[in-house]
Amino acid sequence: MLLFRKGGTGYWGPFFSWRLATIQHAVQCQEKPYVNGGRSMISLRVNGVSRQFNGDPKMPLLWYLRDELGLTGTKFGCGTGLCGSCTVHLDGGAVRGCITSVEMAANRQITTIEGLDTKGNHPVQRAWRANNVPQCGYCQSGQIMQAASLLNQNPDPSDKEIIDGMAGNICRCGTYQRIFAAVRTAATEV
Amino acid sequence: MATILNISRRDFLKTSGAASALVIGAHFVPGSLISEADAAAVAKPNLFVSIADDGLVTITCSRAEMGQGVRTGIPMILADELEADWDRCTLWQAPGDETKYDPAGQDGQNTDGSRSTRHHLDVMRELGAAARYTLEMAAASKWRVSVGDVYAKHHRIYNARSGKSFDYGELVAAASKINLPSGEGAPKIALKDKSQWKYIGKDMPGIDNYDMTTGGANYGADINIPGMKIAVVARSPVYRGKVKSFDARAALKVQGVEKVIEIPALADDKPAEFRALGGVAVIGANTWSVLEGRRKLKIKWDLGPNRVHSSRTYDNKLRRSAKKGGAVIRNRGNFDRAIKGAAKVVESEYFVPYFIHTPMEPPAAIVDANVRPVKVWAATQSPNETRQYVGEALGLKKTDVECWQTLLGGGFGRKSKPDYVCEAAILSKMVGAPVRVQWTREDDIQNGYYHAASANSMKAGLDSRGKVVAWKQSGAWPSILGLWNPAQKTGFGIEYGLGMVDAPYNSVRNIKIDNGEADIHIRVGWYRAVNNIQNSYAQNCFAYELAEAAGRDPLEMLLEMIGESNKMDLAKDGVKEYWNYGDPVEDWPIMPVRLSNALRTVAQKAGYGKMLPKGHGLGLAVHRAFHSYVASAVHVVVHDDGTYSIPQVDTAIDCGRYVNPEGIRKQIEGAAIYGNTIARFGRITTSRGAVDQSNFHDYPISRISDSPLNVRVHIIEDFVHLRPCGVGEPGVPPYTPALINAIYNATGKRIRRLPIGNKV
Repeated sequence: MLLFRKGGTGYWGPFFSWRLATIQHAVQCQEKPYVNGGRSMISLRVNGVSRQFNGDPKMPLLWYLRDELGLTGTKFGCGTGLCGSCTVHLDGGAVRGCITSVEMAANRQITTIEGLDTKGNHPVQRAWRANNVPQCGYCQSGQIMQAASLLNQNPDPSDKEIIDGMAGNICRCGTYQRIFAAVRTAATEV
Repeated sequence: MATILNISRRDFLKTSGAASALVIGAHFVPGSLISEADAAAVAKPNLFVSIADDGLVTITCSRAEMGQGVRTGIPMILADELEADWDRCTLWQAPGDETKYDPAGQDGQNTDGSRSTRHHLDVMRELGAAARYTLEMAAASKWRVSVGDVYAKHHRIYNARSGKSFDYGELVAAASKINLPSGEGAPKIALKDKSQWKYIGKDMPGIDNYDMTTGGANYGADINIPGMKIAVVARSPVYRGKVKSFDARAALKVQGVEKVIEIPALADDKPAEFRALGGVAVIGANTWSVLEGRRKLKIKWDLGPNRVHSSRTYDNKLRRSAKKGGAVIRNRGNFDRAIKGAAKVVESEYFVPYFIHTPMEPPAAIVDANVRPVKVWAATQSPNETRQYVGEALGLKKTDVECWQTLLGGGFGRKSKPDYVCEAAILSKMVGAPVRVQWTREDDIQNGYYHAASANSMKAGLDSRGKVVAWKQSGAWPSILGLWNPAQKTGFGIEYGLGMVDAPYNSVRNIKIDNGEADIHIRVGWYRAVNNIQNSYAQNCFAYELAEAAGRDPLEMLLEMIGESNKMDLAKDGVKEYWNYGDPVEDWPIMPVRLSNALRTVAQKAGYGKMLPKGHGLGLAVHRAFHSYVASAVHVVVHDDGTYSIPQVDTAIDCGRYVNPEGIRKQIEGAAIYGNTIARFGRITTSRGAVDQSNFHDYPISRISDSPLNVRVHIIEDFVHLRPCGVGEPGVPPYTPALINAIYNATGKRIRRLPIGNKV
């Protein structure tokens, strides 16, 4: 199935222009900064790109990434660190974007699902496709970021370590059986 | 039947930008007569496939993808009959317009009820075959041979005599000029034989997998349009409560908050349906600001009459009502006489609380109400009801509203109800800009449409040999119909048809099923598998209790009660207008033998009857839902501290003819885990009208650590009745009773009230 076709009328055609608008919107937001009472700029790196932010330093990374940068692969699920849909990497370790403020990420490296691999072919992403994991797909960005971090710290996890490592991420469609299998698959490659 | 048209020269081309393309459309007219009015409608084809001159095939999908795999299944069917190369096909997601994109003419494009494949298999096949036939005609005419001398294979048409061939793309220009005769002169286009299928029946990975694993898939909240504002809404904690007054000063001081406005409460004489109920909206530039702003709102509510709704008292009312009974909705033989003559009488009751859907993606929608047509982008299961209710909210016609569906981050029935889209529409009009309404998890749990709480009172009589001679189920629950009629006291045909009136115990001579009354104090809505959940639970667990009372094996007991009959006719039992999931009983009859077959299959696969170690148990349950026959065997281990784990689940599904076995396995694996949440955690309660739970800490969802990770799916293939049935929902109902029967098998403990909790 070809889902990306230049100039096509496919499902995602119109979305490209919206995504572009998102980026433009983000640029405008940067040009019209918050009145922040003389707070200093926060510097951070997102997917290898340097960013300056002078809005509310308490803004969670989740909303900064989604609303300000247009990186919508990171999802909102609960807002309280209970479901893991917003999982991103902070200096390589998994954190919940909804309860990690921009301030806490200052001067650190943030990696989102969009930046995990330039071609989307990180071993965990490939393992996810090989095991045909996604159903609705909404939680899978967070699941993949969690699994990538888990394998980064522990390249050869036991069954229990996989379960413990992934237990913070909820999937309502119930793809856990395949998530478990995919982490196993990826572990042989990482 | 379908009238299939070559519409290559119509408007489609102007919008597609292709130089030339073969476009095949179809118009389906119910019945066989085409009146003049219908003939005019034929000019508007309602489903199509197009082939561009480079051979790229674009297939229309008019069903919402929410994880059930329909965006993979639908094109598989069409591509198969078209003999297309899967790698040269793409998919176009149709917007809401049932006059064009509802080929079966009975779904209004609402994706629920597990009906996409069963209502679209035939039409997608016919369309694919018509497109292939048109290409064959074009090739035959080029070669000056008869159409019988050419054949299609893998995106090429071959000349059977010379062995020469054309790529589909090379034939498009000629094919687009061919008029397919319609009506009586329509060619009889042969469909492929099952043995020739190349995609149908074979495993296919999800077509959106790449996007979904790279952050590129777009859901409701991922659409961004220039000038868009973001809004969150504070809603009454009690159903149909109203804003008395509010103080927005602190909220307006939050950086990024631009406006605080009231969405007027829905007028008292208007039923809730899928309308916005009102509240106070905080509007601004980014989600974080408006969330912060909402936290600082001070609102005084007039909570209204539903504040009497507390689970502590309401649950007992339901139980009393179930016990008392009410309208008899099925009556076979003479239950009352049979129960008097029974050697043994067994009674029991089962209670299931409210649940809420909690799709991972909380509802979100974007509306620009300031353009014509009004533009909607939403994670919605039902784009046309969305257009209808948005139109109403704006004082416009449905046809003034355009609705584009995004992917849905889970639906489960929640997103069939476009109240959240109406909120965005009202706000967009009020602020004069496009607005995205974002629901939070708390909104989703506290202001949703709840799966009905229910009580079922069961009574049965056994004869001296332990055979069930009389069976009664009496249930009470607040009806879904309350959305339209707040004074509704009983259920209605659709609810009765969800595994209650059609209880499959066809060998039992005396059956009585009745429905007690219940008041409605909350929005009750459908939830994956709907009332099948409580009916399957009560019936399968009660059957186990009867087996124990009779000193018999529960598998043998269930098989005996269900029997081996080919058909169960509810009309003979006084059932008026059996719903049958909206389909004719002649086409989709109730077939007890298929239930027995599924149950035997799963018992055998799970090794039923083998001795198990202490603390282990195996439980069975079987249920027909959405025409499919599903049986589950759950293996449980209950540990010394009362915690339990589930090392294996076997589920057998007979869903008739199917498209993507890989898709079925995924749905059944997921259904077990969905059922696991119901069994282990599912409970919404209310106090003084307000929902007590608010997020995943007090409304937990099964995690990888408590879920079955070894769900084995057995697709029953060798059956003669091949009409396609549902898959998305039917896996859910048997799981919970199978688990509870397994716990009984392991410990001797009966669980008659859900949820089980973390410990037995």
